[in-house]
Amino acid sequence: MTTKTSKPIEGSFQLFEGDFTNAGKASTELRNVLKGLAVADDAVRRAGVAAFEAEMNVIIHGVAGTLHYAVSDGELNITITDMGPGIKDINLAMQEGYSTAPAWVRELGWGAGMGLPNIQKNSDKFKIDTVVGEGTTLQITIFI
Amino acid sequence: MGLALTELIDKLGFEIKVGGDLNKIVEGCYISDLLSDVMARSNEHELWITLQTHPNIVAVSVIKGLPAIVLSNGRSPEPATAAKAAEEHVVILSSSKTTFEIAGLLYNLLKS
Repeated sequence: MTTKTSKPIEGSFQLFEGDFTNAGKASTELRNVLKGLAVADDAVRRAGVAAFEAEMNVIIHGVAGTLHYAVSDGELNITITDMGPGIKDINLAMQEGYSTAPAWVRELGWGAGMGLPNIQKNSDKFKIDTVVGEGTTLQITIFI
Repeated sequence: MGLALTELIDKLGFEIKVGGDLNKIVEGCYISDLLSDVMARSNEHELWITLQTHPNIVAVSVIKGLPAIVLSNGRSPEPATAAKAAEEHVVILSSSKTTFEIAGLLYNLLKS
């Protein structure tokens, strides 16, 4: 699909560490927006997975943050910014199976060390900016 | 070849915990209690068999467009999970059978 819009369609959500009750809310709402724009199913699914994993990272580690999305001219851009501890070793964090999530989070079935790899696999462009002690920003682009 | 959810419910004796669109076609299943693993590897038209009963399973199912979640070993969804599933039109089924038995029976049904 090629979206030709003069103004981007955008929105944002607030995310809070420990808020498992609302986990997935931002991603499912984003999914509904994309479906409403008649974006292809595969792109909707990839966007949903990438956004959900990014949401979970903030809920598990990020203290507080925001997820912002904008749809314009054939692409979806998602930016997730948090005030968490930052990522000490990005190469390690990108390795499937590596996780710093606590045991109780793992019992819920999260913290399998697949979050960032899943985001990368489902994105067309993916960028991480992180400062230890300050926070992390992920930029995800999906062509639609 | 796949089978409609309604037919599987009947043949495998699933209990409907949260109803919804039971006409969706099932062509297989994915088995995992790791939510990111399900997001990475499950496919549309696959049942998701799990022991996880907390509300986050609903969002995973919505994002992946799965036809239904099956809770094995007689598990029930937490009340908050059932409420969220009803809101999002996610079907949740339960079976007293083990995950192994459900997968085996489903395999035979789909291959026959």
